[in-house]
Amino acid sequence: MSDVYVIGIDMIKFGRFPETSVPKLGATAAHLALDDAGLTINDMQALYSGNLGQAGAMVGQRILAEIGQTGVPVVNCANACATGATAFREGWMSIKAGVYDMVLCVGTEQMGKGLLGGGGGGKGIPTEGLLGSGTMPAVFAEAGMEHQRKYGTTFEQFAKVSVKNHHHSTLNPKAMYQIETPLETVMGAEMISYPNTKLMCSVNVDGAAAAVICSEEKARQLGKLDRAVRVKASVLTSDPYQERNLQMPDVNTCTQRAAKSAYEMAGVGPDDIDLVELHDCFATAEILHYGNLGLGKPEDAGRMVDEGETALGGRIPVNVSGGLLSKGHPLGATGIANIYEISTHLRGEAGERQVEGARFGMTHVIGLGSACAIHILEKVD
Amino acid sequence: MPGNADNSETAGLLPVVPFLKIPDEGSPYLEGSRCSECNTTFLGERSNCAKCGSRDGLESLPLANQGELYVYSIVCRSFPGIEVPYVSAIVDLEGGGTVKGNLINIDPKPEKIKMGMPVEVIYKKAPRKDAEGNEYLTYYFQPKS
Repeated sequence: MSDVYVIGIDMIKFGRFPETSVPKLGATAAHLALDDAGLTINDMQALYSGNLGQAGAMVGQRILAEIGQTGVPVVNCANACATGATAFREGWMSIKAGVYDMVLCVGTEQMGKGLLGGGGGGKGIPTEGLLGSGTMPAVFAEAGMEHQRKYGTTFEQFAKVSVKNHHHSTLNPKAMYQIETPLETVMGAEMISYPNTKLMCSVNVDGAAAAVICSEEKARQLGKLDRAVRVKASVLTSDPYQERNLQMPDVNTCTQRAAKSAYEMAGVGPDDIDLVELHDCFATAEILHYGNLGLGKPEDAGRMVDEGETALGGRIPVNVSGGLLSKGHPLGATGIANIYEISTHLRGEAGERQVEGARFGMTHVIGLGSACAIHILEKVD
Repeated sequence: MPGNADNSETAGLLPVVPFLKIPDEGSPYLEGSRCSECNTTFLGERSNCAKCGSRDGLESLPLANQGELYVYSIVCRSFPGIEVPYVSAIVDLEGGGTVKGNLINIDPKPEKIKMGMPVEVIYKKAPRKDAEGNEYLTYYFQPKS
């Protein structure tokens, strides 16, 4: 089976674009990725489209209606916050299987503002605020409190994740925000669900990202290997049974299993990884995934952020893009946007936020409910 | 205990969720299921085991009204009409079963809430009605006295 290569990838600057449409956002990202590859929609053999908010509305076909209805197969994917990564992985599998040798993957989302989750069922009375909370800030607060219970992680340590990622985004012109947010600002912001303040919740934004991926032979034939990025591992898991996970979504076990498989598939270990884009949908979540991804011992996660180990310039930089906390989190686009971030570093094109000498990078997303997708990418020499 | 409880407080109330049972005689309780193959306990009624995949042998049982606070969050922002702050709690019941709910009769401050503290399940009329005006019985957790 051929290795799979990213030969064109890009994202739009994340923001709020209520005047445009989901297909138009996707079309813009698709054009950016095709331009990055120096190719056109006529070169693509299939489209893998990820979108959550309009999952029943044939977003992929509507993107092609914007940029060229070539009649190729279109697969529309929805997998909560793992949607974009799932679309990318479906494309990866089609090339691995030898069905196609070059395809386009696009992730798109248009979001409103405000709380996600917490919607009740149809019957009876709403249970939000009566039987606890199903809002995402509360669910991830509870997941963070489990880390505190086990390892003594503090509110201040969770908050420092947000300080770090907001700082990183000041170096990323495609992030929603480029604003320094000191610790007292993060901790003093409106409390949403303790221990997550407003500045410890990801930003709901509109966004799109796209990638052109192909087989090794195709990349060589087209002369595109120079700027290509090799996909060394692509893994998707769901959450196995855990005693509490029907009441308390488990984002840990599916991540641990996906990471183990991804390291095996890539033939590398955590020490080989130069930077990570992981699913910091809330500041509490980032802390959990240091241990889950093997970047350190779970009990050291608080110390790692205290000592700057996961900041740009540290031992293992995490979310140098600004992460979901400050770059923004357009659900269906996030999984491809973080592959863009890693690819940009492996190409040595990340400007001020470049992780010097980056050779391997990892992306990680979690769709609550749960789906975990991990990709390991390698620089091509 | 059939016959022991005064059912006047629950008369005419509907259960807030299907796993809250209001027997004609006796006290309300939370219902669980246990897999006879692997002995896993679940909240609510179910047909198949999520742990071992067994298709039969799931038996209903009443869950305990005592347990331990596993984790919590103090919810300070919610949707319009929902009173905040409140404590969203995940509780492990004695003998099996995990359930989420509001922890009440406690100061909603991190220094007052101890993970691992013993709690009990209590049943009260919900402060909300449905569109048809029906009233509901709900459950809460409170620190065990």
